[in-house]
Amino acid sequence: MAKNALLSAINISKSYAGVHALRSATFELSSGEVHALVGENGAGKSTLIKIITGAVLQDGGEIMLNGEAVLENSPALSKSRGIAAIYQQPALFPELTVAENIALGQERAGTLGVVDWKERRRIARELLDRVGARIDTEATAAELSMPQQQLVEIARALGSNARILIFDEPTASLSEEDTQNLFRVIRELRAQGVGMIYISHRLEELPAIADRVTVLRDGLTIETREMADVTSEQLIRLMVGRDLSAVFPKRAVELGDSIFELRNFGSRSAGIRNINLSVRAGEIVGVAGLIGAGRTELAKTIFGLEAPDEGEILLRGKPIKIGHPSEAIEYGIAYLPEDRRKHGVVLDFSISANITLASLKKLSGFVGMNFGKEREIAAEYTRRLGVKTPAIYNAVSTLSGGNQQKVALSRWLMTQPSVLILDEPTQGIDVGAKAEIHELMVELAGQGVAILMISSELPEIIGMSDRIAVMHSGTIVKIFDRADATQDGILAVALGH
Amino acid sequence: MIKIDRYKREISAAVAFAVLLVVVGIVAPSFFNGGNLRDLIINNAPTLLVALGMTLVILVGQIDISVGSQFAVCSIAAGFLAKTGMPLPLFFICVLLTGAAMGALNGALIGWLRLPSIIVTLAMLVMWRDALRWVTEGAWVQNLPANFQWFGLGQGTGELLIVAITAVLFLGFAWSMRNMVIGRKVYAVGSDPEAARLAGINSPNVVFSVFVIMGALVGIAALLNAIRFSAIPGNSGIGLELKAIAAVVVGGTAITGGRGRLVGTFIGLALLGTIGTALTFVGINPFWEKAIQGAIILAALVSDVALGRLEKNGKFNLAGSNAA
Repeated sequence: MAKNALLSAINISKSYAGVHALRSATFELSSGEVHALVGENGAGKSTLIKIITGAVLQDGGEIMLNGEAVLENSPALSKSRGIAAIYQQPALFPELTVAENIALGQERAGTLGVVDWKERRRIARELLDRVGARIDTEATAAELSMPQQQLVEIARALGSNARILIFDEPTASLSEEDTQNLFRVIRELRAQGVGMIYISHRLEELPAIADRVTVLRDGLTIETREMADVTSEQLIRLMVGRDLSAVFPKRAVELGDSIFELRNFGSRSAGIRNINLSVRAGEIVGVAGLIGAGRTELAKTIFGLEAPDEGEILLRGKPIKIGHPSEAIEYGIAYLPEDRRKHGVVLDFSISANITLASLKKLSGFVGMNFGKEREIAAEYTRRLGVKTPAIYNAVSTLSGGNQQKVALSRWLMTQPSVLILDEPTQGIDVGAKAEIHELMVELAGQGVAILMISSELPEIIGMSDRIAVMHSGTIVKIFDRADATQDGILAVALGH
Repeated sequence: MIKIDRYKREISAAVAFAVLLVVVGIVAPSFFNGGNLRDLIINNAPTLLVALGMTLVILVGQIDISVGSQFAVCSIAAGFLAKTGMPLPLFFICVLLTGAAMGALNGALIGWLRLPSIIVTLAMLVMWRDALRWVTEGAWVQNLPANFQWFGLGQGTGELLIVAITAVLFLGFAWSMRNMVIGRKVYAVGSDPEAARLAGINSPNVVFSVFVIMGALVGIAALLNAIRFSAIPGNSGIGLELKAIAAVVVGGTAITGGRGRLVGTFIGLALLGTIGTALTFVGINPFWEKAIQGAIILAALVSDVALGRLEKNGKFNLAGSNAA
C-alpha cells in the first residue's frame, strides 16, 4: 500500500440476506488522484460507495482514512471526515436558493440561531468561484440546469471541506460541453489535492480524466491499473470475465410462430424509442443493458404502466392496445416486476392471497369467493414451485427472498400467460431458488410461452436466452443470436461502443 | 379454530369494553335497564353505519372527514323528499342516492384525480355544511307527513326496523369484505397501491367505489336517524366524522390502510358510544366524556404501534392477517 493513501478499503465484504454484494473489495485512493471504479451492474460499486460513505456497514474488511482505521461509520461521520458523494441526479433542495443549499448542514448558527445572510452569500460565491461556476447565489435550485446543479453540489461538498469526492455517473446525462467543463473542475480539484473516486460506464472518457482504474466483478476487486496502460477493450474483458461454467438448464425447444411483436414501439415519458422485437412461442429472449438503458421502462410500457406514444404491439399478428395492467392480463401478458420487495408482492397478504391477486375473477363463485378453490390453487403452485413454507395462509413477509419471488411468479403463472415478461427474476435470491426459477422458465418455454427476460447478469442472459436484445439509451441497438453472444460482445454494445 | 394473536387488536378493545361494563355494573347496576340499553342501541345504530363506511375508506388508505356534513345534507334531503309524498321504497332510494352522489364526487376527486383525501373532504365538510345553511337558512324541516316518523309504523316497530336494517347491512359488509373479490381488492389497494396496480387491480376505481359506498351508507344512516323525530334540524351530524374515525381506530384498523376488520369497528363504537352514558350513571360529570374518548384513541394508536413493532421484530406475526 502506498504511504500517501488518503483512503483505503481493504478486503471489504457485505451480504444482504445471504446474497453477496461484496466478497472482497480492495480499493485505494491517494490525494490528488482521480481513481476510476468500473464494473457491470451488480458488480458491487454502489455497495462499496455506500460503505465508504457510511450508508451501510460492511460485514468484514477495513476502511482506512489517512492510515487510521475507521471503527465507526455513518453518513454524518463520513461527512465530517471530509467524504462527499455526488450522484447522477443532483440532490439539492429545489425550493431553496443556491446559497441556502450550500449553507445547509455546514454553517454554524450565530447568536440565537440567526442567519447571517451576507456571510452565507459570500461563502457561496467563493465556493462557486472555486468550481468556476457563474451561478446566481440567490437563484433557487429548481431554476438551475442539471449541470449547474451538479456544480452547486460540488461547491457544497468543498464547503464542508471534503477531501474525498465520489462521482457516481456524473456525466451520464451531460452534454459534451458540460462534460468538458466538469472535467476541468475535476482537474483543478486534483491539483488542490482532493482525491476523487470516479464511477462511470463511459469507458471512453476515462483516459481523459482518470489516473488509475479499478475493476470490480462479482464483489471482488479484479485489478487496479494505471489508466495509461489499459485500453477500453481490456477493461471490458476484465469486467465480464465471469465464470460461464455455471450450468443453465436451457434446452432447445421447437419454436412456434411469433406471438408477441413490437413495431417502432416507444414512449417519450418512459424514455424509450423505436423498439422492434418479436418473440416466438417457446422462445426466451434476453434483454441486456445497463441500468438506465430503458429495459424496465420497456417492460412497464408494454404492460400498460406507462403510456406508449409511438408504434404498436402485435399479439399473434393483431395490433392490441393496452391502457392498464388489467388489460395486459386479459391479453395473456404477465409482468414479474423488478425487486419483489417493492410491490412485486403484497407483503402483508398471505401466500395464497398473493398468488390469486391477479386472477381474482377465476375465484368468483356463485356467492362470494371460492376459498376452497383458492386453497387448492395456492397449494398447487407452492408445491410446483417449491415454495418453502409451513402454511399457505402465512404472510409473504415471513418468507425468504427466493420464496417471495416464487410466490410472485406463481401469481403470474396462475394467469396462464402466453407472454411472460421477467424483470431481473433472480436478482438477490439464493443459488438454489435461482436454479429452480431457471428450470421453471425452461419448462414454460417448453409449453410454448414466449418469455422476455430482463437481466443484468450476463452469464444468466447468455445461458438462458435464445436471442439477446441489447438496449442502450432507450432503444434496442443490437440483437445477438445465442450462438454469437459473448459477454464482452454484449457489454461493448451495452456501453455504446 | 380462531387464532388469538390474529385478533389481538380487536381483543384489546373488547377487553376494555368488558372492563367498562363490569365497572358500571358494580357501581351503577341501573345502567343495565332495558330502556337505557335500547336508547343506546338506537342512538348508535346510524353512527355504526357511518363507521362501517369509514372502515372501508380507511382500509383503502384514505379518510373522509366530510361525513358529518353529508349526513346533514341527506337528513334535510330526506325531509324535503318525504314532503313530496313519493312512495316509501323510492324515497329510501332517493336519500341513498343523495349520499352516494356526494360520495361519488369525493371518490372522483380522490380516486381518479388523485387529490389528497384529507383536503378534498375538508373542503366538502365546509362546503356542504354552508351550502345547507344557505338553503335552509337554519330552519328545521317541519310539518313532515304522518308516515315519516318511524315510517308510520309506530315507535316499537320503527326501532326494530332501524336495528334490523343496520344489522343486515353491517353483517352483509362484514361478510363481503372477507368473501367478495371487492373486499380483497380494498385490502390490496390499502396495503400497497402500487403492488395492487402491478397485479392488474384498478386502484382508482376501487377508491372511487369505496367513497360511493361511504356516501350511500351516510344516506341510509341519515334517514334512519331522521325518522326518529317529527322534525329535522339543519345542523345534524356535527362531529360525526370524529366519532366514526375514532371507532375505526379504536377497533384496531390501521390508519395507514390495509389492515383491520369490521368486527373491530363494532367493538370500538360500542366502547366509545357507551362511555358518555356510563359516566352519567356512575356519577362522573359527562364533560369528561370527550377527554376520556381522546385518551382511548391515543391508547389505541400507541398499542397499535407497539404491536406492530413486536410483529416486525419477528417474535410472532399476524399470519395472513388481512384477507385469507
